Amino acid sequence: MNRTLRKYFPLFLMPTFIAFLIGFVVPFALGLYLSFCKFTTVSDAIPIGIRNYTQIFSDATFIHSLWYTALFTIAAVVSINVIAFTIALLLTRQIRGTNIFRTVFFMPNLIGGIVLGYIWQLIFNGILLYFDRTLTYSATYGFFGLLILLNWQQIGYMMIIYIAGIGNIPPDVIEAAKIDGATNRQILFRVTIPMVMPSVTISVFLTLTNSFKLFDQNLALTAGEPSSKSEMLALNIFNTFYGRTGAEGIGQAKAVIFFLIVAVIALLQLYLTRRKEVQA
Amino acid sequence: MQKTKRIVAYLLLLCTVSMLCVGCAKTDDSSSSGSTQARVYYLNFKPEQAEDWEQLAAKYTEQTGVEVSVVTAASDTYESTLKSEIAKTDAPTLFQVNGPVGLKSWKDYCYDLSGTSLYANLKSDDFALKGEGGEVLSIAYVIETYGIIYNKELLSRYIETDAAVISSAEEINNFDTLKAVAEDIQSKKDELDIEGAFTSAGMDSSSDWRFKTHLANLPVYYEYQDEGIDSSEAIKGTYLENYKNIWDLYINNSTVEPSLLSSKTGEDAASEFALGEAVFYQNGTWAYNDITGYEVDDEDIGILPIYIGVEGEEEQGLCTGSENYWCVNKNSSQEDIEATLQFLDWVITSEEGKTALSQDMGFVTPFSTFTDEYVADNPLLKAANDYIAQGKKPVAWTFTTMPSEQWKDGVGSALLEYAQGTGEWSAVEDAFVGGWAREYQAANGG
Repeated sequence: MNRTLRKYFPLFLMPTFIAFLIGFVVPFALGLYLSFCKFTTVSDAIPIGIRNYTQIFSDATFIHSLWYTALFTIAAVVSINVIAFTIALLLTRQIRGTNIFRTVFFMPNLIGGIVLGYIWQLIFNGILLYFDRTLTYSATYGFFGLLILLNWQQIGYMMIIYIAGIGNIPPDVIEAAKIDGATNRQILFRVTIPMVMPSVTISVFLTLTNSFKLFDQNLALTAGEPSSKSEMLALNIFNTFYGRTGAEGIGQAKAVIFFLIVAVIALLQLYLTRRKEVQA
Repeated sequence: MQKTKRIVAYLLLLCTVSMLCVGCAKTDDSSSSGSTQARVYYLNFKPEQAEDWEQLAAKYTEQTGVEVSVVTAASDTYESTLKSEIAKTDAPTLFQVNGPVGLKSWKDYCYDLSGTSLYANLKSDDFALKGEGGEVLSIAYVIETYGIIYNKELLSRYIETDAAVISSAEEINNFDTLKAVAEDIQSKKDELDIEGAFTSAGMDSSSDWRFKTHLANLPVYYEYQDEGIDSSEAIKGTYLENYKNIWDLYINNSTVEPSLLSSKTGEDAASEFALGEAVFYQNGTWAYNDITGYEVDDEDIGILPIYIGVEGEEEQGLCTGSENYWCVNKNSSQEDIEATLQFLDWVITSEEGKTALSQDMGFVTPFSTFTDEYVADNPLLKAANDYIAQGKKPVAWTFTTMPSEQWKDGVGSALLEYAQGTGEWSAVEDAFVGGWAREYQAANGG
């Protein structure tokens, strides 16, 4: 069996590998190359060295977007995970209609980002109308609007991951803790949370990268208004790329920097939360 | 057992391989058909006329057998669509740029049109964009006009009120009168049963170009006039005070509070005018289809020049120009270029083409083949012609020389912040004057 597997595995792997090459490796390499070029379309690039990169940090909107995105990511990761975990805890108690609740909470995840953005824009503007304001009145409104939207969209998904994690805790561990006289609080912090650390790793990773890369929702909700103050990194890159003749390379260089930031943060997070994972 | 396993394995393998082949074969198929037979691929800019172009293309294919595909980029995504489309093997053979600044990114893709019938039939060289060597890179195909559209019926209702500041619409021929009238209408809006003098100056992306681009054209135009130039790498902002005055007038005498402007769309403004809720509406000849057929009769639709308070503006006309220029893709195969030029020739010379352009699409074109019987049935166009007949001086579209999209966005955002009270007018000045120099530098320096 093992021998046959070894013999045939390149054949089975090949289609996926080719798809990976076409869909990921080639565009990535091309993107890296283009960030050192001046170009209008991808097929007429002229290498110009690192000039694109030197122009990035003189761009005030990029620095602003970086801080705005970082702040947003922290707020989103904390709020989404805390709320999702709380709901997961509630829905793993034997209450009636658990499955219906789980389905309902999960459903917002099925709606695409652009649609969500426009729907929430209508809701927020409808409420703010009473105060003669709109969502793009200031970047703070945009920040909290986006936070509510992302929470609403992602809590259900993370909740499912946490429910699976909680369901995997062997009941005898909890029972043993109870017999030893642990309070509910102690069970939660000393038993349940350490046991669901693998779920925390996944959920934090997903929320972290998703919030950092947020684009559709940002575009649909505020489009960066007012004055690019609610513009997150991905949208900033997009606007740089298309906003000005000859700036395509700068947008591309920003995208490379963006990739590096996301990769470093994500790897760091994986390393940190992995260390906290325990075995039963 | 071993045997069945092996058969299953081979079957699976066959499946994956054949799927790959099908995937590849499809792309092979389309590219080979593209190279054997000449074809025309038009990447259209105007979503309003998407269907008309498709019908016209189908008619042409029926008559000549030449395949013409029309693809329309969604509103506000033309540049990005063009960028990705033109890098493909089946690139557009016909595309468009929005003027000298847009041409800058695409000049290396433009076929020299100087020997074509398109250029031969062009009424004036003003409608062609030329390269450094005098080659004709791009030709305008539609001339448009904008100003302040007004509702004649509502205005005459206002004139009948007590102490109206004018006695006929003709008296509005400068900024001061316009301001006095608009403010008086605003104060009498309940009496007139309207929501405001001006439609909402929405700053949603479907509407903000009316102010950050079209309205901003006037201060730029007058400055160019003063300096005797037709483009600039650094603007002085001589007429920014006038820009502020007209913007103040728009936002303070409107159907909505200035703090709500950011969410107001182009449709909002069009419907406010179409339903008779506002008297004035800044837009152009292309807006006719959006405002006709509701509460306002065609004979009640009039248009005024945009007065901003410049010396001698009594003689000023409407703003007339083009930001739709055709370019033929130089990198297409010779057959495709020929086919495209023939298609364009057919569009501007044949009965079907001329009717479609002038009647269905409602275009005024700069081509001599469009004789008097091909004038669109549009009261705004007629009014625009009347202004020219009266000898008023049309305002050229200088906004095609604005340094970049980024510049327009900067001005737009600053205008919005000023309107809703979160920003100062000085931010608009900085975006306008400082931004111009910065963007010009960024777009041309590197």
